[in-house]
Amino acid sequence: MTTSTSPGASSSRGERTPLVSAVVRFAGDSGDGMQLTGSQFAHEVAWAGNDLATLPTFPAEIRAPAGTLYGVSSFQIQFGSVRVLTPGDRLDALVAMNPAALKVHLGDLEPGGLLIVNRNAFDQRNLARAGYRDNPLEDPALAERYRLHAIEVSRLTHEAVAGLGLGHKDAERCKNFFCLGLVSWVYGRPIEPTIEWLQRRFAREPALLEANRRALLAGHAFAETAEIFGEAYRVEPAVLPPGTYRRISGNQALALGLVTAAVRAGRPLLYGSYPITPASDILHEMARHRNFGVRPFQAEDEIAAMGAAIGAAFGGAIGVCGTSGPGLALKAEGLGLAVMAELPVVVIDVQRGGPSTGLPTRTEQADLLQALYGRNSEAPLIVLAPATPGECFQMAYEAVRLALKYMVPAILLSDGYLANGSEPWRIPDPEELPPIEVQQPPAAAAGRFAPYARDERTLARPWAVPGMPGLEHRIGGLEKEHISGNVSYDPDNHDLMVRLREEKVRRAAAEIPPLEVQGEDAGQLLVVGWGSTYGAIRVAVERVRARGRAVSAVHLRYLNPLPPDLGPLLGRFRRVLVPEINRGQLRRVLRAEFGCDAVGFHRVRGMPLAVGEIEQAIEALLDGEAGA
Amino acid sequence: MSTAATPAASGGLSKKDFASDQEVRWCPGCGDYAILSAVQRVLPELGIPREKIVFISGIGCSSRFPYYMNTYGFHTIHGRAPAIATGLKLANPELTVFVVTGDGDGLSIGGNHLMHVLRRNVDLTILLFNNRIYGLTKGQYSPTSEQGKVTKSTPYGSIDRPLDPVRVALGAGASFVARTIDRNLPHLQETLRRAVAHRGTSFVEIYQNCNIYNDGAFAPLTDKETREAAVVELVHGRPLVFGRPGERRALRLRGLVPEVVPYAEGSTSGAEGGGADGGLWVHDEHDRRLALLLAELEPPAMPVPMGVLLDLEAPEFIAAHMEQERRVTQTQGPGDLERLLRGPETWTVRES
Ligand SMILES: Cc1ncc(C[n+]2csc(CCOP(=O)(O)OP(=O)(O)O)c2C)c(N)n1
Ligand code: SF4
Ligand SMILES: [Mg+2]
Repeated sequence: MTTSTSPGASSSRGERTPLVSAVVRFAGDSGDGMQLTGSQFAHEVAWAGNDLATLPTFPAEIRAPAGTLYGVSSFQIQFGSVRVLTPGDRLDALVAMNPAALKVHLGDLEPGGLLIVNRNAFDQRNLARAGYRDNPLEDPALAERYRLHAIEVSRLTHEAVAGLGLGHKDAERCKNFFCLGLVSWVYGRPIEPTIEWLQRRFAREPALLEANRRALLAGHAFAETAEIFGEAYRVEPAVLPPGTYRRISGNQALALGLVTAAVRAGRPLLYGSYPITPASDILHEMARHRNFGVRPFQAEDEIAAMGAAIGAAFGGAIGVCGTSGPGLALKAEGLGLAVMAELPVVVIDVQRGGPSTGLPTRTEQADLLQALYGRNSEAPLIVLAPATPGECFQMAYEAVRLALKYMVPAILLSDGYLANGSEPWRIPDPEELPPIEVQQPPAAAAGRFAPYARDERTLARPWAVPGMPGLEHRIGGLEKEHISGNVSYDPDNHDLMVRLREEKVRRAAAEIPPLEVQGEDAGQLLVVGWGSTYGAIRVAVERVRARGRAVSAVHLRYLNPLPPDLGPLLGRFRRVLVPEINRGQLRRVLRAEFGCDAVGFHRVRGMPLAVGEIEQAIEALLDGEAGA
Repeated sequence: MSTAATPAASGGLSKKDFASDQEVRWCPGCGDYAILSAVQRVLPELGIPREKIVFISGIGCSSRFPYYMNTYGFHTIHGRAPAIATGLKLANPELTVFVVTGDGDGLSIGGNHLMHVLRRNVDLTILLFNNRIYGLTKGQYSPTSEQGKVTKSTPYGSIDRPLDPVRVALGAGASFVARTIDRNLPHLQETLRRAVAHRGTSFVEIYQNCNIYNDGAFAPLTDKETREAAVVELVHGRPLVFGRPGERRALRLRGLVPEVVPYAEGSTSGAEGGGADGGLWVHDEHDRRLALLLAELEPPAMPVPMGVLLDLEAPEFIAAHMEQERRVTQTQGPGDLERLLRGPETWTVRES
């Protein structure tokens, strides 16, 4: 048993109905502060000791015109007293700040779910912008289908902040905190952490601090006293492994993993990047940590960022660059150079919807083949993928570790969901991470230094860097002669070098921990996933298993090289299902590598896969199997 | 000026210490040989240990350069050398880094990186070998080829307008801009010395003869009969004088418009005497506006300026980067990993 030391509900009147978990979505105009509201609610939830997963969704436009459907921004959170692995498929509660938000999101609300709307925003103009001819709040069907609470959020907020001398606009801006107070009361989540946050955020703007605090308290009190909420809920703390926790997003975790790797390796780290959604926040985070030896470099384009990372690696620093799919395309030639020069660089690809500019703010898993094969000629490198936001930390660290140990480039595939999603994260002890080994060159040898002489075990070449006397040498993109590193056009040497570069990556498989199989390790059906679909697949498999049906699952974090025990595992199952947010990229790899006749499940909607749809795919396969 | 391969006072290295064991593979007669030789002669004078010197190049005939230098070297990919060199300098600011590039490598595929490295003023020396042709790909016209040029890819003559590397560099805010030529070894060596001595990005355009695909592109600047009239050598603080003995000319500015006037040895004003416009144009390598005017001088009406057009003191990127790192570390203290990982808010789950 574990317990949380943080307080649970801050106030409750009468009995609260216990819930195991809940899914809540805040939706409104881009300017309504929904991301902040959701993020603060997540903060409260984490403080109360719940497990949680979040899904922020925002428009690609920075300031989309107010009231439009495409300008709607939302933040979804699932929290619970049990392990929470996904932000949830369907909503238990929806907060809609305007007609557009209602129109876009109502379809996801469970029948009978809690629906809170800002009645004041349902004026003629907003209704027209959202394409409503009649006010949906006046349609009795709405209140019949959902537990509708149409509250005058704007008016009540203005009343709460009256007398503080705020202009109309500033007063109106506080309405998201009114809603936060309200929802916090409904679910019995503590508002103290939000008040503390406000105190820090507005330390130098006392009027705004007071206004937001009053709005928060007003919403909270409104829910409590107006008694319009017949029910109030409580969610017990989750049973999490003991430790100190914080809430972390994938991008944050990734940046911290890089910084930790730099500190452990005792080398400066160059982080080169050209701004691109959803990877920019990694650059922002890295740029703050100058005192850890991070050297941020906002390059003129992704090619230059790649080049700078290669130059840094050549110079003995850790060379990292971060981007999204279109940027990875631009880095292809540079990655080929890093493969040829056998330099340790790490490229982060926070995948987003594509092709081309695609869906910049939405998630996708469709860069796997680009990462594995998207370069001219035979250019193998290491490809890793974290499964959860928190795991971005370990996998970023692992990417640096493997790149340095094997003197090879590594690509880390995150995605928009992992990047912006967040979860409770048990803060690791850096000392417990595996040490980072560097390929030290020999002391200046009497003869000519051989830059392509290899370590017998790893096949890594020595990391001799400018500044080291006696080891002067030249490398480059032209084929290298084995050992001497001289330019060589010899046919057999080229064949040998192609094989050596491949073998080196293959040997990194020795670093991969044994696969953890959910369920039996042989049987009818194995579900194989990679990346951010981890949570959805795991829950879906759990549910099908709970119904007594035999299905197992395994999740891949190492995509090149593949885990050595994957082939045998696949062979022990009759069918293999691969759910992915693409058109079957891992499935193709499994077919090619293992001749495995895997079946795919694909939804490419810019959204995480839903648990329900994976469940259905599993059931359908099992049913088909039973009939066969 | 020392042109002999004798050990320099400091470091005790000689020209041959900078030659690698690799056979040089340029076409016989290529201007690249002279540039290689000039660099190998100048380096021993600098007193910089070999291991602290790095040559980074892109792709092209010119970019094979690093293989022939017994220093650290990296022959990279087409056009990207400035970015790679920037990363290298950020990793180790103590290195002396050269970028070797061509007119195609630096101004076509790599134009963007060139512009930005100049703008940032990263402490590097860029040697742009301008042969006005794509050598390595066997003779297509380049961004510096003259209009109407007939090459394999332009059998009816090129219709592109060329650009001038020096004007590109000045436009990008370069702090050091010079032009020199493969056939004038002393001038080439002196220009290299000046470039290395400058702190910031030193941009050196080197006119280089490709005797296979664009032979004689710079002949008027090197032929005995024509060169004195075709070239004006820039000397800081001295009037811009050119022409054969007995036909000496100088340049004068009428407002922003340069004009050629007869020159009498020793005079600082026009031969016809100080008119309303004042005296002759005296070279000031610290004046960016004058450098822009110099860059506009074009044959046949004007002589081609050779030498250091601009040498300005300007804030340098790598030093500023390191200074920022030092300042942040001083105010925030050295990075505390445990604190960083904990972040602003934590909670504890205990075993019960
Ligand atoms: C991405 C890419 N595109 C094209 C080429 C082919 N290529 C090699 S060198 C070159 C032009 C080089 O011209 P320049 O920079 O003037 O060098 P030179 O050979 O004249 O010294 C081209 C187009 C290449 N190597 N890489
Ligand atoms: S092709 Fe031209 S530039 Fe290239 S090596 Fe031959 S002469 Fe020199
Ligand atoms: Mg050329």
